[in-house]
Amino acid sequence: MQKIKRKWLIQALPWYIPLFILVAWQMLGSTGLMPERTLPSPLEVFQAGWKLTTNGELAAAIGISTWRALLGFVIGGLLGFILGLLNGVIPLSEKLTDSTIQMIRNVPHLAMIPLVIAWFGIGEEGRIFLVALGVFFPMYINTLHGIRSVDPSLIEMGQVYGLRHWQLYRRVILPGALPSILVGFRFALGIMWLTLIVAETIAANSGIGYMAMNAREFFQLDVVVLSILLYALLGKLSDLMAKGFERRWLRWHPHFAKEGSPFKSA
Amino acid sequence: MASALRQGRLAIQERLRKEAHGEPYLDAPPEEASHPAEADESRKGVLQDSPPLNGVAIELDAVSKQFGSKQVLRSLQLAVEPGSFVAIVGQSGCGKSTLLRLLSGLDQASSGSLRVAGQEVRGIHPAARFMFQDSRLLPWNTVLDNVKLGLTGSGSDDPERRAYEALKLVGLADRAGEWPSVLSGGQRQRVALARALVGHPRLLLFDEPLGALDALTRIEMQRLIEHLWRQQGFTAVMVTHDVSEAVALADRVILIEEGQIALDLRIALARPRNRDAGFAHFEQVILDRVLARDDREQRGPHVPLYDI
Repeated sequence: MQKIKRKWLIQALPWYIPLFILVAWQMLGSTGLMPERTLPSPLEVFQAGWKLTTNGELAAAIGISTWRALLGFVIGGLLGFILGLLNGVIPLSEKLTDSTIQMIRNVPHLAMIPLVIAWFGIGEEGRIFLVALGVFFPMYINTLHGIRSVDPSLIEMGQVYGLRHWQLYRRVILPGALPSILVGFRFALGIMWLTLIVAETIAANSGIGYMAMNAREFFQLDVVVLSILLYALLGKLSDLMAKGFERRWLRWHPHFAKEGSPFKSA
Repeated sequence: MASALRQGRLAIQERLRKEAHGEPYLDAPPEEASHPAEADESRKGVLQDSPPLNGVAIELDAVSKQFGSKQVLRSLQLAVEPGSFVAIVGQSGCGKSTLLRLLSGLDQASSGSLRVAGQEVRGIHPAARFMFQDSRLLPWNTVLDNVKLGLTGSGSDDPERRAYEALKLVGLADRAGEWPSVLSGGQRQRVALARALVGHPRLLLFDEPLGALDALTRIEMQRLIEHLWRQQGFTAVMVTHDVSEAVALADRVILIEEGQIALDLRIALARPRNRDAGFAHFEQVILDRVLARDDREQRGPHVPLYDI
């Protein structure tokens, strides 16, 4: 019994600090030390959240934001992955495209916002384009790096054992590149939310970012804070998703082994 | 030939069946013939315990290899009988690993003719298998799947069972479902051996496969390799740094110096070999030959370091 209790205390370790901040924040708000006009208390944020949930606005905003994020992610991520794959495998393709991609990569993609608004107005295409653009580069670079860093001795072994073309990619090169590809995947998820927040805040008529900007107009700080917390939550969710993939696909990796590893990942 | 092969397979299967009933594989009693070629005459009656005639002949005629301006192998002349065990020794960079890569088809000879089983080597030979110094197991495949890789292209109807049986041969059947990362170095090399054996190779090439193992594991692995070689009858070519390993395993030890064969010695010792006076004699002959060259070179301006 004592042991189980101890285990729970340790399991809850990552939540101690958020909980402490929440409590301290509420105390500051309810004692009046921090005026509502600076920062609404957690309770007020929760009430705002409840109100928006019951009238359906919140679900609609989360829905549309998630849809944009995922669509942009799939387009940009897939393109980055395919191009990374091509350039990792075909030297001619790499010679042709890599230096161009590296040049474009160094332009902050958010700098494209004025141009994107000019092209697409505040329609869906612009936001999805920006997300796809942001997601493309980490996926591309990490896929390429992953393929390049596959142990050449394993490739040689595969050839000696008669693996040809597609088999060699499927059995040796892709699994060898997977750890790096998943790193790119995690980076890309982070960039996906960041891009979307900025895009929705600047040019949108729906979504979480729009909800926040709209609330600012009417000085509803509780809704603004709610939006910020939502982004934090969504970011955490996508990170968990990436970790889930890592644990599923990298089971063989000592780092991700379920038990008996000193590097057990949380 | 084909029927002899089939009979050989039957003998192996019989063997597996016996082992499945708890008979030891490592310390099997010495079989009646010490050499596949000698066993050839008497094999008809006692097929079950004699090695199947499985190995291929190798013929090298004036084989040279150069990388850029560097001549690595010079007009090599060598014939290896089917089913024999040849060890190749020599200092680092003498060209012994290059020779092995030519035999496997990983590299092409610059000139000369290199024939395996009577056919010119062009690309990787389907009946040849290679064992590397490091095990080169795929870390993302289980032990069993790694062994199954050895069946690529063979169109085997039951790869699962064959891989499992190959693992049984090396004594690791109970680790079939594990990741390679949890195995010890010696165990990984045994899995690599199972992977090499599962496709019933007719030529097995070893590139210092035991170089990274500790002394005890080495001896254990040497006995296992010898045992499996006698059981399966493939032709074996092993590159090694270790003269005593060469004498322990090989029918014939070939010393390569500066891309040429400097010594070609038949080891006329009965198997299994003990490290007795005869053993020491052969070891001494080879070492003397290497060291004599060392002495000659010491008089020169620079002293190379030898690794055998």
